Amino acid sequence: MEFSELIRTRQAQAELLSGPEAPALRGTLCVTGHHLLLSPKPQATDLWLLLLRSVDSIEKRVAGDSGTITLRCKDLRVLQLRIEGVEATLDVARSIEALSSLESVITSYPFFYRPKGLRLGDAWHFHPLESYYKRVALETDAWRLSEVNEDFSLCPSYPRVVIVPRAVDDAALARSARFRQGGRFPVLSYHHARSGTALLRSSQPLIGPKKLRCAEDEELLGAVLAGARPGAQGFIVDTRSAQTAKQARMTGGGTESKAAYPGWKRLHRPLERGRHLQESFVRLVEACGDLEQSMDQWLSRLDSCRWLAHVQEALSTACLAAQGMEREGACVLVHGAEGMDSTLLVTSLAQLILDPLSRTMAGFQELVEREWIQAGHPFQLRCAHSAFSHARSKHEAPTFLLFLDCVWQLGRQFPLSLEFGEGLLLALFEHAYASPFGTFLCNSEKERCLCEVRTQTHSLWSGLNQSKEQRKLRNPLYVLNPSALWPSVEPQSLRLWQGLFLRQTRPPERSEEVWEKVWQIVTDEKTEDSRPVVSAPEPQP
Amino acid sequence: MEHIRTTKVEQVKLLDRFSTSNKSLTGTLYLTATHLLFIDSHQKETWILHHHIASVEKLALTTSGCPLVIQCKNFRIVHFIVPKERDCHDIYNSLLQLSKQAKYEDLYAFSYNPKQNDSERLRGWQLIDLAEEYKRMGVPNSNWQLSDANREYKICETYPRELYVPRIASKPIIVGSSKFRSKGRFPVLSYYHQNKEAAICRCSQPLSGFSARCLEDEHLLQAISKANPANRYMYVVDTRPKHRVQSWWATQKDIGRIILNAMANRAAGKGYENEDNYSNIRFQFVGIENIHVMRSSLQKLLEVNGTKGLSVNDFYSGLESSGWLRHIKAVMDAAIFLAKAIMVENASVLVHCSDGWDRTSQVCSLGSLLLDSYYRTIKGFMVLIEKDWISFGHKFSERCGHLDGDPKEVSPVFTQFLECVWHLTEQFPQAFEFNEAFLLQIHEHIHSCQFGNFLGNCQKEREELKLKEKTHSLWPFLLDDREKYSNPLYSSSSQRFAVLEPNTVSFNFKFWRSMYHQFDRTLHPRESVCNIITKMNEQNKQLEKDMKDLESKISKHKNEEIDGVLTKELLHSVRPESPTLKTSLCYKEQTVLPVNDTLRTIEGSNPVDNRYSEYAEEFSKSKPAVVSLEYGVARMTC
Repeated sequence: MEFSELIRTRQAQAELLSGPEAPALRGTLCVTGHHLLLSPKPQATDLWLLLLRSVDSIEKRVAGDSGTITLRCKDLRVLQLRIEGVEATLDVARSIEALSSLESVITSYPFFYRPKGLRLGDAWHFHPLESYYKRVALETDAWRLSEVNEDFSLCPSYPRVVIVPRAVDDAALARSARFRQGGRFPVLSYHHARSGTALLRSSQPLIGPKKLRCAEDEELLGAVLAGARPGAQGFIVDTRSAQTAKQARMTGGGTESKAAYPGWKRLHRPLERGRHLQESFVRLVEACGDLEQSMDQWLSRLDSCRWLAHVQEALSTACLAAQGMEREGACVLVHGAEGMDSTLLVTSLAQLILDPLSRTMAGFQELVEREWIQAGHPFQLRCAHSAFSHARSKHEAPTFLLFLDCVWQLGRQFPLSLEFGEGLLLALFEHAYASPFGTFLCNSEKERCLCEVRTQTHSLWSGLNQSKEQRKLRNPLYVLNPSALWPSVEPQSLRLWQGLFLRQTRPPERSEEVWEKVWQIVTDEKTEDSRPVVSAPEPQP
Repeated sequence: MEHIRTTKVEQVKLLDRFSTSNKSLTGTLYLTATHLLFIDSHQKETWILHHHIASVEKLALTTSGCPLVIQCKNFRIVHFIVPKERDCHDIYNSLLQLSKQAKYEDLYAFSYNPKQNDSERLRGWQLIDLAEEYKRMGVPNSNWQLSDANREYKICETYPRELYVPRIASKPIIVGSSKFRSKGRFPVLSYYHQNKEAAICRCSQPLSGFSARCLEDEHLLQAISKANPANRYMYVVDTRPKHRVQSWWATQKDIGRIILNAMANRAAGKGYENEDNYSNIRFQFVGIENIHVMRSSLQKLLEVNGTKGLSVNDFYSGLESSGWLRHIKAVMDAAIFLAKAIMVENASVLVHCSDGWDRTSQVCSLGSLLLDSYYRTIKGFMVLIEKDWISFGHKFSERCGHLDGDPKEVSPVFTQFLECVWHLTEQFPQAFEFNEAFLLQIHEHIHSCQFGNFLGNCQKEREELKLKEKTHSLWPFLLDDREKYSNPLYSSSSQRFAVLEPNTVSFNFKFWRSMYHQFDRTLHPRESVCNIITKMNEQNKQLEKDMKDLESKISKHKNEEIDGVLTKELLHSVRPESPTLKTSLCYKEQTVLPVNDTLRTIEGSNPVDNRYSEYAEEFSKSKPAVVSLEYGVARMTC
């Protein structure tokens, strides 16, 4: 394998410090093609393993005849390796540097990962879009499943099948696709049965400086209103400011004009995206790593990084879209420019607010698969680097993390209504940035098909649904809540997601213990301090 | 009564505090001798105790009526619109009178009648026994004894009658030391750590002036350090920031004209102990600000979070500039210093500030709470408050403004203590027997004047008021509601929580929404985990009990079986019993189901409960940054 030439040293003696309160681990360090291994000296503890792909930045320092390597991981953990020998330190560092930044998808670890108990292709027959369509078909016949994008020619970032208004034929879809950036024509994201309205997403229309129009695109949106409850109006939520949307005309984009789309009204709700969002993330993580700062410094950094402001904006935009459907009985189309980032943030959050099924364990996995992975959020580009890397390209953005944070805020305000717990959100964050599973690989379904991700890698979902993980991921207090969740978006109600952003500075044990204790209470398990062990055999009814 | 001119006003509007759209509820306002009551059209009642009112404000007349804004000490803010200005004026004047009483005897506690007879009332007052508490700590012992020096309040009026001092400190030493300490508050025992044989002691600042010394005071301090066999030196902790102590002396001695440098030099060592004069002391400043700084800090905090349509950025910059969390951290750090001195160095600690009743109480009580898990139980926490706050003369009546007095004496010192405890419960969710509701309830009652515990400024004053005969104690009422205030996650036997070692990194401190927005329901989480877990715990206990009963039944039957193994009749008589066993099991299941239903009812999930719809409506309007649907429509059509 070509990895061997990148590995400069195979073994070294090292000591690992993985946190402020964790005990040091001593043993033999070993670099392989995908992993960093440490086999501890007294064979008491298990092998320690780190996926090299999860290393975000590496810092080396040598002093005397030993060296220290600080590994900052994409999941925001910081690890320190003390290695014997200056040469060994530099070699290990160079190997990690080279191996952690490999670009190629098909030589990445998911293509080699073969865990016990899982068979290849196990979960890949899980087709959330088709199964979602079955649900929609029971509620209304206004929509159909279209295979117009079967060969990805219409829209490279859409999946093979999409849900579109029944009244619009494939030829019209093709023309509408030509009128939208990247071919992302309006498709159904969620059908809200209670009010008979629909949530759609797309990219911006290519109106351009000449104010072009597209009859089929207009017809498509008209058909959406016609298929909804009688008299429904439509709202277009543009995730850019009115100013930005107008300026986009100069580069060929723009936003729907009032005259061309009767019945549709436009609202502008600017959401931060791209580089600015990434910077916000980087500054927050920086602030969270500083143990020495005073209270005033901390609060002012928390304020100036603006992360919580982004959380508030995202949540309130999603609430606006959800409210438009639930309370105004209107159809809602969401788009920004490309329709692959903040658009998905808004549509997926709106579904979580409205749809009780998407708050179950299975429903949430389907939602992530359908609204993020298959909807073409470019994970490979967006999650190439996390908050520590110095080599930053302009494509990184923690949009998916922002989504997870918003879900966490929902879960904090409605602690009984989500079937999954913080554990699942943390796991999704970690796997989106670096994973042994293939689920988050590539940028679109098209790329995943080319790389044969479905047949050559394991799905994260089957990994997560193995029983040993369940207790960490599930919420013991869950009960189905049939109504919509309207969160408070006042700043006093939003909190920093400590379990994620402060994971390096505070040990997670305490919250894990509480989680465990709640599980024990719910399942009525006996613990040593809660009640004495019953000696007599239990009665059998 | 003579203050009430209007008892009932109809068609009054209650505005929502955080709604920018002036959404309101219409109802009737009633004024009683003790409460202001608003009943809205849904028959929902809002009760406001007159003593809770911090300020009443009448705003300029509007077209819909005359606005009346009432701010309460428990952080409730209500905004009424009274249709007629005359009515508004009457209510305004009445409330001004009723919320500020001149005499203790006019406070609610003297008229409050919870239907207890005299013996119940007396038993209520005897619930917390401080002599018992000192015994629990292990005093008196060979090094510490009860002193009768203050039995008649002769030495110090603001101390309790019973004080514990080192056995070797004679009465003349105590008297001499008390003359050298501000308000006569000489060093006495606050907490004794039995295993370490180390003590937390408290006092007020020494009146050392420019160079004065007091041999008795020096002796008393030496006696305290000698009372600790494990460690010869002791810490003297001055909880004030160093610069404040110096400027305090500058103003006290009117040495304003002395040049700055000289002032600093001369002032150094005045107002706090000079290490040269006292043997074996280590002096330490810990930097907690005074009551005036704390009052204005809270004021700023409340201004910020009361803003309508507050942005995230304004919230955090306001939180920063108020300095509130910085002050909370300072108190916590000081308490940790105490706990460490005792646990790590085995050293005794003497704590003081200026008068030794504000910051000293905060630090001593929190320090004890970190060291001793007893104070983290419901009963123990009451004992802690009785000991370090009530008996040692924290001026509750002045700090909470119970009577119409000097507004400069009001300060949220006790609120800060509660907030520190809350932060600890957040960091150690399993270490406390009580929950947040308990802290909030105590906070409610330090201002309510409904019970006698917090009235007056010191024990002597309380005795003169005959509170134990004329009023009731709060504690038995809280204990009756034990279930409500219990923390379901509490693990009492866990040894890991013997001594708490909180982490005071800045990001462990957060805004306490449930305190400062306790009446703003829209800002709260929509579902309560605590209630659910408590109910589940109860249910589990019930099941456990059922199981025990069944087991004992079974073993009884088994015995019968063995006894009567020879007589077939008896065997037969066992058989008919088994259906009862079965039915009781069924019964068990039946009882579970209804409980299950109630506990699984989600707050606000009921579609009939229209808080969601109210909220959603508001949502589109409350944020100016949020383009509301209606607004969007208007813009689209124009």
